[in-house]
Amino acid sequence: MPTTEIRLQRYRPEQDNAPHWQDFRVEYDDSTSVLDALEQIKAEQDSSVSYRWSCRMAICGSCGVMVDGVPKLGCKTFLRDYPKGLTLAPLSHFPIEKDLIVDMSRFLAHLSAIKPYLIAEAAPKGKPYRQTPAQLARYKQFSNCINCGLCYSACPQFGLKPDFLGPAAIALAHRYNLDSRDQGKSERMAQLNSDNGVWGCTFVGYCSTVCPKGVDPAAAVNQGKIASTLDGVIQWFKPGKETSK
Amino acid sequence: MLSLAKTITTDVLVVGGGGAGLRSAIAACETNPKLKVTLLSKVYPMRSHTVAAEGGAAAVTQAHDSLQAHFDDTVSGSDWLADQSVVDYFVKHAFDELVQLEHWGCPWSRQPSGDVQVRRFGGMKTERTWFAADKTGFHILHTLFQTSLKYSGIQRLDEYFLLDLLVHEQRCYGVLAIDIASGDLVQIQAASVILATGGAGRLYQFNTNGGIVTGDGMALAYRHGVALRDMEFVQYHPTGLPGSGILITEACRGEGGILLNKDGYRYLQDYGLGPETPPGQPQNKTMELGPRDKLSQAFWHEQQQGRTIQHPQGEVVHLDLRHLGQRYLLERLPFICELAKAYVNVDPVKSPIPIRPAVHYTMGGILTDANCATSIRGLYAVGECASVGLHGANRLGSNSLTELLVFGKVAGREAARLASEPSQPAADSLLSTLTTQALAPLQQLHNSQGSERWQPLRQQLAASMEQGCGIYRSEAGLKETLTCLAQLKQRYQQLRLGDSGKAFNTDLLHALELGFGLDVAEAMCQAALERKESRGAHQRQEPGLTNRNDQDFLRHSLAFYQTRPGARIEWQAVDTSLSPPAERLYGGQRPRGQSSAGQQPTDNPPKESR
Ligand SMILES: Cc1cc2nc3c(=O)[nH]c(=O)nc-3n(C[C@H](O)[C@H](O)[C@H](O)COP(=O)(O)OP(=O)(O)OC[C@H]3O[C@@H](n4cnc5c(N)ncnc54)[C@H](O)[C@@H]3O)c2cc1C
Ligand code: SF4
Ligand code: FES
Repeated sequence: MPTTEIRLQRYRPEQDNAPHWQDFRVEYDDSTSVLDALEQIKAEQDSSVSYRWSCRMAICGSCGVMVDGVPKLGCKTFLRDYPKGLTLAPLSHFPIEKDLIVDMSRFLAHLSAIKPYLIAEAAPKGKPYRQTPAQLARYKQFSNCINCGLCYSACPQFGLKPDFLGPAAIALAHRYNLDSRDQGKSERMAQLNSDNGVWGCTFVGYCSTVCPKGVDPAAAVNQGKIASTLDGVIQWFKPGKETSK
Repeated sequence: MLSLAKTITTDVLVVGGGGAGLRSAIAACETNPKLKVTLLSKVYPMRSHTVAAEGGAAAVTQAHDSLQAHFDDTVSGSDWLADQSVVDYFVKHAFDELVQLEHWGCPWSRQPSGDVQVRRFGGMKTERTWFAADKTGFHILHTLFQTSLKYSGIQRLDEYFLLDLLVHEQRCYGVLAIDIASGDLVQIQAASVILATGGAGRLYQFNTNGGIVTGDGMALAYRHGVALRDMEFVQYHPTGLPGSGILITEACRGEGGILLNKDGYRYLQDYGLGPETPPGQPQNKTMELGPRDKLSQAFWHEQQQGRTIQHPQGEVVHLDLRHLGQRYLLERLPFICELAKAYVNVDPVKSPIPIRPAVHYTMGGILTDANCATSIRGLYAVGECASVGLHGANRLGSNSLTELLVFGKVAGREAARLASEPSQPAADSLLSTLTTQALAPLQQLHNSQGSERWQPLRQQLAASMEQGCGIYRSEAGLKETLTCLAQLKQRYQQLRLGDSGKAFNTDLLHALELGFGLDVAEAMCQAALERKESRGAHQRQEPGLTNRNDQDFLRHSLAFYQTRPGARIEWQAVDTSLSPPAERLYGGQRPRGQSSAGQQPTDNPPKESR
């Protein structure tokens, strides 16, 4: 089996003053993922290496890491694509807890802040709402977010200003705003319109490039800007310093 | 010396943030909004393995379907080992729960009219499986998680690891947990505790489960004297990817996919599942839509006959979807297309997908009554970790997501009821004794001077389970695996950690999970050894044991923990009050003694032909 070199950023809070690099050599074949390589390192070389994972099928959103400086899911990134070796570091813009594990609490706080649940007066009794495939299609893409946080590592604004709601939270707000069953848009708009909402985005668009699930949060942010401009009442609250699109 | 960093007091503690845990936390809040509900999970709730469920959730939906039919399918699917009043309750509440989820925003797939769409699923006579593309579990879990944020009564302890239950004289007073980020030990006192910790598929080498599915809750309830019921029934899913075991959903076959051996032949017709249906025109309960156990067994036989295909990662057969066409595949099975491309480098539009059976689901679990209560007062269990009596010897696909909802609600309600009653809190001295006891295994791991590592032990456990307690079992094989387990347990005593830190010590957590897994595996093997018949997912190879034997084994197995090797097995009657046992028939099979001239069966076994 061929082998390759992995440079891994280590940080153990109890013994390290600062992160540092450690090199490991791993075996790989056509199907070896970055996660598989980490498992190999943990099993055979250094069992103190720490990282998050569970599903190993790109759906639980646990395993985000920087691979050569690009945010990726470890379980869906393959060593075959890095024949010259690779570096692994924790997701950018989040505080590091240990090795590849970052503190996600701010991300979760942002998600919760936008009221990510259906807000509606009264649902039809004992039966589902009607929602046509076309109505479903309006928001479906934005409901596919696995909360991996890659887009936050890609977002320069979040890096500068951690209070910025960020791509995934805005996409999620947009998902509910577009849902034909929801009436909670006005409750969410206050957040979306604030300094930390859609207007915080300078439209770099890198968030959508790195998203492993095709959510296209940049589109959500952009559509959110249009929605908030069109929304007369809300427009009133809109901060003046609109940034370039 | 280890010591407690803090103590938390709550009313209802839910352990597990999967579908079952989230649903019960919400139900507890709704039952009594004044209660403090705490949701503890070793991963963020939306990372729970419910997220991986692809196919769908069952409930009688169409006018031409009936509760009786869903009941009959479930009972016959269970090979008559389901508790029938539980099944009856389940089928009656299934629809309302799926509607509830719809009202909470779940993006169910729709018909052009705007009504919810249902699909076919293996072992179900009629289309009654609701789905959200091929990411049903993902959408259910995220809908529940997001909805839970609405309830201010729910406090979350994300990334807390359940270490032990605090139980004294059949009463549960709370739990001991590790705050994973800091490594701190936390005591949580609660009036009621719900275990919703999921299954144990990771005990096997090839499995469709996430890394966290390690049987923790099962092992803890078991160690405290609660029986594990029907543990010998472990479901293999016929279509996992070679190597990783990643699931290729049954919905592929529901949509018309076909299974081929190395000769390109649809071998299922040789195993009582025929007659062959035209590709792309699936028929319920026939051929590719036969039940999972029969399909996995058919693979085993094909492999024995040398009719499987060699793949770099082992023997496989082919799942062919090509006739469905690109447009349909991308609309109905987008995730499958993505998985096949990433993990086996196959585009299902152009080539068949290599697949093999992989362990998927644990039918057995913590024994509860119909109200999800265990034999310990204040301790409830729900979801895959529990055995409420719904699945018997074989679970039907798409019944378990619905189970999380229907019984999650029951568990939350019951736990909230108990927590609302006045009760005597435990004395501090008792709690501190229980805590000291609970810390002993951890203390030992930390102090160990041994030389064993958990990784090779875990590998041997998984290999031995696959070998001795797999699709087909025999006395010799099971005994060998039990011996291996006893040895592994000995070696476990010599385990030494490679990480002495406190923060995010995943080395320690994996070691603890291995300890849980060894106990659960023992219960599975012992029950499998003593069930000397073949039923559902439990198939014995020895002559005389290859058939169902209702005379002796129309009974649940109950495994009780003992400190010496092996479990103690007792037997419990099955509730067959609504439908007496009959043969399980699929495809064009007819009940024995019935001529093909179309004579109707006289008693009430479900009419399953066609
Ligand atoms: C790939 C796959 C596809 C499936 N598809 C379908 C389908 O289409 N239809 C269907 O009906 N069923 C399906 N199933 C089965 C179904 O998804 C599961 O049975 C169900 O999701 C289990 O849910 P749960 O809430 O019981 O457990 P899980 O979702 O596994 O959650 C368990 C929770 O317990 C927590 N936990 C465990 N141990 C500890 C501990 N020691 N300390 C703290 N927390 C702990 C975990 O963190 C997690 O939050 C599928 C299963 C798999 C694996
Ligand atoms: S939008 Fe995409 S990148 Fe961002 S958290 Fe969601 S899935 Fe991850
Ligand atoms: S391990 Fe779940 S997304 Fe990678």
